Amino acid sequence: MGRFGAGQPIRRVEDRRFLTGQGTYTDDRSLPNQAHMVVVRSVYAHARIEAIALEAARAMPGVIDIFTCADLDADGIGDVPTIFLPQNRDGSRMTAPRRRPLAQGVVRHVGEAVAIVIAETQAQARDAAELVQVDYDPLPAVAEAMDALEAGAPAVHDSHPDNLIVDWEMGDEAAVAEAFQSAARIVSLDLINNRVAPIAMEPRAALGQWDEAEDRFTLYTGSQGSHSLRTWLCRHVFGIPEEKMRVVAGDVGGGFGMRIFLFPEHALVLYAARKLGRPVKWVGDRSEAFLTDTHGRDHHSHARLALDEDGHFLALKVETVANLGAYVSQMGAFIPTLGGSGMLSGVYRTPHLHVHVRCALTNTAPVDAYRGAGRPEAAYLIERLVDAAARETGLAPDEIRRRNFIAPEQMPFTTSGGKTYDSGDFARLMDQAMARADWSGFPARREQSAKNGRLRGIGLAYYIEACGGGGPETARIMLSPEGDATVLIGTQSTGQGHETAYAQMVADGLSLPLSRIKVHQGDTDVVATGSGTGGSRSIPVGGAALAQAIEAVQAKAKRLAAHLLQAPEEDLSFADGRFTLPGSERSITLDELARASRDPDHLPEGMTPCLDATESFKPAAGTYPNGCHICEVEVDPETGETSILRYTIVDDFGVVLNPLLLQGQVHGGTVQGIGQALWEMAAYDPESGQLLAGSFMDYAVPRADFLPRIDSATDESIPCRTHPLGVKGAGEAGTIGAAPAVINAVVDALSPLGIRHVDMPATPHRVWKAIQQQRAGRFGT
Amino acid sequence: MAHALSMIVNGREVNAHVEARTLLVDFLRDHLGLTGTHVGCDTSQCGACVVQINGLSVKACTVLAMQADGADVTTIEGLAEGETLHPMQQAFQDHHGLQCGFCTPGMVMSALDIVRRHPDPSEAQIRDGLKGNFCRCTGYGSIVEAVQAGAKAMR
Repeated sequence: MGRFGAGQPIRRVEDRRFLTGQGTYTDDRSLPNQAHMVVVRSVYAHARIEAIALEAARAMPGVIDIFTCADLDADGIGDVPTIFLPQNRDGSRMTAPRRRPLAQGVVRHVGEAVAIVIAETQAQARDAAELVQVDYDPLPAVAEAMDALEAGAPAVHDSHPDNLIVDWEMGDEAAVAEAFQSAARIVSLDLINNRVAPIAMEPRAALGQWDEAEDRFTLYTGSQGSHSLRTWLCRHVFGIPEEKMRVVAGDVGGGFGMRIFLFPEHALVLYAARKLGRPVKWVGDRSEAFLTDTHGRDHHSHARLALDEDGHFLALKVETVANLGAYVSQMGAFIPTLGGSGMLSGVYRTPHLHVHVRCALTNTAPVDAYRGAGRPEAAYLIERLVDAAARETGLAPDEIRRRNFIAPEQMPFTTSGGKTYDSGDFARLMDQAMARADWSGFPARREQSAKNGRLRGIGLAYYIEACGGGGPETARIMLSPEGDATVLIGTQSTGQGHETAYAQMVADGLSLPLSRIKVHQGDTDVVATGSGTGGSRSIPVGGAALAQAIEAVQAKAKRLAAHLLQAPEEDLSFADGRFTLPGSERSITLDELARASRDPDHLPEGMTPCLDATESFKPAAGTYPNGCHICEVEVDPETGETSILRYTIVDDFGVVLNPLLLQGQVHGGTVQGIGQALWEMAAYDPESGQLLAGSFMDYAVPRADFLPRIDSATDESIPCRTHPLGVKGAGEAGTIGAAPAVINAVVDALSPLGIRHVDMPATPHRVWKAIQQQRAGRFGT
Repeated sequence: MAHALSMIVNGREVNAHVEARTLLVDFLRDHLGLTGTHVGCDTSQCGACVVQINGLSVKACTVLAMQADGADVTTIEGLAEGETLHPMQQAFQDHHGLQCGFCTPGMVMSALDIVRRHPDPSEAQIRDGLKGNFCRCTGYGSIVEAVQAGAKAMR
């Protein structure tokens, strides 16, 4: 393997433009004659729109036009679609309520778009938007999923009077019931997986353009995949062929799942641009992001684990209620059902699983994929439940896991969740993590903390993630006449560093310096196809496609070299960008071959011109990265404040391409998980449906001074057996492992007081309250 | 009503007319095309817009352009010397202190302010100094390393 081969911590090629302020995020792009759009949004969670008065706003300086749903209706604009429609347990298919890009008659969550004002400047549009008078007749609202499913709750949509939008199950209910019958012990836990906001640092934005001569749209918007956005916009919103739409991502300031999706503003800037014959730009502010970005999680689960007398798991039964918000976002119904439920078996042999999921409509922002997308919810549930079982059985948390781990020699192993794990050595990684975390020294540290009046706790979680799903990915490599390489690929970096990771692979395969490789992504006019980035798929799927394309270019170049050198192909060797016939003077460089390949006279029979290749990869199986997180905390019983003192991770990602980028993914993901566990909560008032945490003043994003240094390591000795490169994927792993490890540590810290459970986020207030209640209960009030 | 404004931005004098309500960050981005200074929130918390005014770090979303009349302003675009990155920029690249890059200009500008106050900053001083700059990608560890390395390179 060369200097750029797998395992090399190559510095990122994209960094220079970001570090010098030369990035092109959506708002950094402007088009001549562009107008600005500001969205008038609902201030109510649920209300009938009685009237919209536009005259005062229209009279404001700079206003070009104002549109409401009536305009969209008149112009035949379609709905924001729901893509994933699961099958209910009665065999029926979910029916999604309609979601108009602008509210039609009724608003169903605070922040829902009601009208758009287009003006010459953003300031003018804002001023005019203030004067759009919407006459609302408020309706009763419901924000919590559990409340929404109660009899008599306000119906969010008349089409779904009971607010139950999905009633789904998986697993063998009878076998689970039987196992529970014979169980020596049943451990149960009620868990809330709290609603969080994704907080991409670049707020959503969109710039729409209409080319009248070409009868064609261009949409500039930061996304996780331009191609799926194009498909959805063409098919569902505008009813036009995909050739009539170009979508360009540019640089993207974070995604975390949220930027996969089609939002109303994408449709609205394009609609207004076509209507007005001018480019139209919308830049959301942070308040709009909180109100209208898809949120994540928001599950309530009742989980029960049946064990035999030796602490072996016999069966797992889970009842979950998931909040999908006021409308079902594209993949919203996938996350709690197929997205997460199959991973509830975790890393354990547990032979039987039954999951029942009910999804509720509420008067809140739509909920969809957020880093991990169902898998963090699954890992949180099982890893909390296993710790509870450890406590009840008296087994140590590592021992109860050891007794139930799927062993390496059992691989491939099909779980009760229906997933077939190809590889993994869970006990070994847990041992490594425990050693790094000085697990055995913990009792002494706990004693030391106790002397200082602090409660110290240690928590362990063993997560497993399913990656590499979704559609196929296609990679194209083209060599210029000078031999410079261009890579076209349909995944999309939102910070991961794909330009470097992919270039690193090409550099290694074709002996090119990074400076001679350019990776293109995110422009549907440049890249033919793409499935985007989501589900930790870019390197497992995109990387595999690129590896095939590199091989194909190598093969084509070799064949051409053999032809031009008049030597047998199998005798040629390739090193440092040059094919050589050993023992002769004959050699030719890749650059020379790239030039020669453009002249048909130089080509062997049947070879197409140019050194290029297009290859697709469609994963035959999922990949299963896994690892152990250990968190050590100290709780101040007087304030309830939790401090993380130590954080240790050992991961199995299979083969590692770039450890520098990998660590970035792991640490960033872990801090998102820690954030959910300790601080973050997209809280709504349960009755009014107002978003209580609607700014950075109310929503606690992890800050630099909240956190310790994270110690992480990878065990690279367990390549994925079902993947051509042996990679397993890594983008979401940190988020999946972190939340249960942190809460297990907090519960461990509080366990001397008799506390067995704390919900996320374990804020000082919540922990303090738990301590006070426990003391009151124990000693009387 | 437009007000006449004059300031030095990245070593060059600029003259313009702006509305009284124009924020410095909007002036830099929309009037001067210096789009490296970012807007990540509307409550002056995220720090993506940090610039220097007369050598002191300021969130450009909390300052009216007119308040910087006559001032010497440095933005992320003003740090590199031609092709050579400022040592702090170089340290961010070397230590993978950025991912999506959106918070990065503000991070680098705040890092320079930390070094101004603490030429040899401790981890705690760096973390404290960065609490007004949010990053959702890195988890901050690599940024802390970058600031330490950048400070060392600047000494």
